[in-house]
Amino acid sequence: MSKHALVQIQKINKFYGSNHVVRDLTLDVREGEFLTILGSSGCGKTTTLRMVAGFEQPTDGKIFVGGVDMAEKEPYERDVNTVFQSYALFPHMSVFGNIAYGLRMKRIPKKEIRKRVMDILDLVQLGGFERRMPAQLSGGQKQRVAIARALINRPKVLLLDEPLSALDLKLRKQMQLELKRLQRKLDITFIYVTHDQEEALSMSDRIAVMHDGMLEQVGVPKEIYEAPASKFVATFIGETNLFEGMVSAVDGDAVSVAVESGTICGRAEGFQKGEVVAVSVRPERMRYSTSPVKGFTIQGVVREQIYVGSVLKSIVVLPNGHEIKLERLAGDVLPMDGPVYLSWQPQDARLIHPRDQEVYHAVETAVME
Amino acid sequence: MSKHKFRASTLPVLATVGPVSLWLAFFVAIPLLYVLVMSFCSIDENYNVVFQFTLANYRNLLDVNYLQIYVQSILIAFFATAFCLVLGYPFAFLISRTFQSRKTILYMMVIIPFWTNSLIRIYGWRTFLGASGWLNRALTALHLIDSPVEFLFNRGATVLGMAYVLFPFMVLPLYTAIEKLDQSQLEVSADLGARGGATFFNVVLPQTVSGVFSGCIMVFIPSLGYFYVADILGGGNSDVIGNLIERQFQSGNNWPLGAALSIILIAVTLLLVKLYQKCGGDMQSLGV
Ligand SMILES: Nc1ncnc2c1ncn2[C@@H]1O[C@H](COP(=O)(O)OP(=O)(O)OP(=O)(O)O)[C@@H](O)[C@H]1O
Ligand SMILES: [Mg+2]
Repeated sequence: MSKHALVQIQKINKFYGSNHVVRDLTLDVREGEFLTILGSSGCGKTTTLRMVAGFEQPTDGKIFVGGVDMAEKEPYERDVNTVFQSYALFPHMSVFGNIAYGLRMKRIPKKEIRKRVMDILDLVQLGGFERRMPAQLSGGQKQRVAIARALINRPKVLLLDEPLSALDLKLRKQMQLELKRLQRKLDITFIYVTHDQEEALSMSDRIAVMHDGMLEQVGVPKEIYEAPASKFVATFIGETNLFEGMVSAVDGDAVSVAVESGTICGRAEGFQKGEVVAVSVRPERMRYSTSPVKGFTIQGVVREQIYVGSVLKSIVVLPNGHEIKLERLAGDVLPMDGPVYLSWQPQDARLIHPRDQEVYHAVETAVME
Repeated sequence: MSKHKFRASTLPVLATVGPVSLWLAFFVAIPLLYVLVMSFCSIDENYNVVFQFTLANYRNLLDVNYLQIYVQSILIAFFATAFCLVLGYPFAFLISRTFQSRKTILYMMVIIPFWTNSLIRIYGWRTFLGASGWLNRALTALHLIDSPVEFLFNRGATVLGMAYVLFPFMVLPLYTAIEKLDQSQLEVSADLGARGGATFFNVVLPQTVSGVFSGCIMVFIPSLGYFYVADILGGGNSDVIGNLIERQFQSGNNWPLGAALSIILIAVTLLLVKLYQKCGGDMQSLGV
C-alpha cells in the first residue's frame, strides 16, 4: 500500500433492465500499477470498464479518479483513455491522423502535435507508418495504432478491453511483453481486461478475479494462484482438484478434512472443527506412487495419460468415480489401469471457505424456484 | 465442337440474360433512342413531327424565358434539397441510433408515405394550406390572423412540396450510410476529448458523405422534374423544368422541343452521377 489509490470504485451496481450485471463491486487501483480484471465471458468486465470510461452510468455507487467524483463527468472530461477490443480506428484518417486526434481535440499547436505523434510512433515501433491508412495495416499494427492513439493524451489511467484477443498466439505473446514494457516506461496506470488467465498471470501487478458481476478475489498473481479465496478462483485460474468435505480435526495449522474418499490433510489457519470446506490441490503438486506408502494416501486407478511436450498429464479415477488430475514432468509412464497411490504435502492443499456469496447464490436460486 | 459448345454454355446464358435484355431494350433503350431522335426532328406548320434533321430545338432552349425558368427550377431544387438534408440528417441519425422498436416505427414513418401516391399527398397539402384550409381555419380560430393568409401558389409552397415528396429519398441513403458507422468510433472520439459537435464534423460527417451526396442527387434531380408539385402547390407561379417539358408534349404540342429538353435533363443527371462517382460515392447507395 505504498502508493495511494488512483481509481476508486466504490460499491457500484449496474442493472440492464432487470439484469444485474455488476454487483456491489469495490476496487482500488493504485497509481502506476498494472491491474487486470480477469473473468469469464459475460461476467461484466467490459461493463465495469465502460463505467470507468464514462460510456455507462452505474445504477448506484461511485467512481473516483484522482480523488474526483466521476458521476457528472462526460467521457471527454475524464483523464482516462480506452483501447477498444475492435481497435475502432477512424478509417478515413491516416495513422498520423488517428494518433493526432486526441491532441487536436485539445487544441495543441500543430508543431507540437507532429513531434509528439512521431515520438509515440517510435515508442510503439511504427516509425515510418504515419501516412498509411488503417486498411493498409495488419492486425498487430492496428492494435499498436489504437494503443498509441489512447496514450498520446497521457491519461492518468489507460483502460484496455481485451486488446490482444484478435491476434494470433505468437503476436499476442510479443504484444504482451511490449505492453508491459510500455506501461513501465510511461508509468501510467493500466486497467486491463482479459479472460485469458495466463495473460493475466504473466502481465499483472495485481489481478481482480470477477465472476457473475462480483469480485471474487484481488491479489498479486502468486496469491491468486496459490491461495485462491474461492472455489471459482481455484478452478478458473489454472487447473485444480477440488475435494469437498468437513473439518474433522484441527491441530495448530494442520487441518484434517473428512471427504468421501477418506481423510485428507491440509495446512491452514482460522478453520474450526465441523466447518464445511473445499480443498484444492494443484495437479502439479500431486505426488504419486505405484505401491502403497506410509501415511496419508488416496488410492485410485490410472485412466488416461496425455503427453503434451514438457509435461505428462494423467487422470486417476477414485473408487467413487471422482477424477483426479495429475501433472508431472515427462518421465516414467504409469501403467494404464494400474493402481496408484496419491498424496501431497499438507502445505500444498489449500482450504477454501464456502464464500458468503456462494451461500447467497444458493439461497437466491432456491428463492427463484 | 463449337456447335456443341454453343448449346452447352450459350443457351442458359441467353435464357437468363435474354428476357432482361429484351425488357431493357423495349422499355429503356428504344424509348430513349426515340426521344433522342425526336429531339433532332423538325415540325411543320401544323405541329406535326417531320424527320428532318435540325439543331433548332436545342437552340430554342436558350430562349430567355426558358433560362429564367431553369434558374427558378434550380433554385427550387436547391432549397428543397437543403431542406431535406437539414431535416433528414438528424432524422436518419435518430433512426439508426435508437433502439429496435422505435427504429421500426420511425422507419415506417418514412416508408409508408413513400408507398402512397404522391399526387394524392400533394393534394392533401393543398387542402391543408389552402385559403379555407385547416391551417388558416386554425389560425383564425386562435385569432392569430383576421383574414386567411395565402400560403399556396408561390415558390415556397413548391419547395415545401418537393421536399415533402422526396424526403424518403434523402433519408434512406443517409440511413444506410450512418448505419454502417461503427458506434464505438463515436465513443473513441468522446474518449479522446471530442464533444458532440467535434465528433460530428471529424468522424461522423466524413464517413457518411457518400450518403449525403446520394441523398442530395436523389432529391435534387427529381425536383427539377416534378411538374405536378409545381402545378398543384405553385399554381403556375413557380414552374420547374418538368413543367416546360410537360407543356411541349401537351398544350404546346412541340414534341421535338420537349424531347430536346428531356435529353438535356438526362445529360445533367448523368453528369451529376458521374461527379458523385468521381468523389468516391458508391453506386449502391443510389439504388443502382
Ligand atoms: N447494452 C447492454 N444492454 C443489455 N445488456 C447488456 C448490455 N451490455 C452488456 N449486457 C449484458 O451484461 C452482461 C455483461 O456483459 P459484459 O460485456 O460486461 O461482459 P464481459 O465480461 O465483458 O464479457 P466478454 O468477456 O464476453 O467480453 C452480459 O450478460 C451482457 O449480455
Ligand atoms: Mg467484454
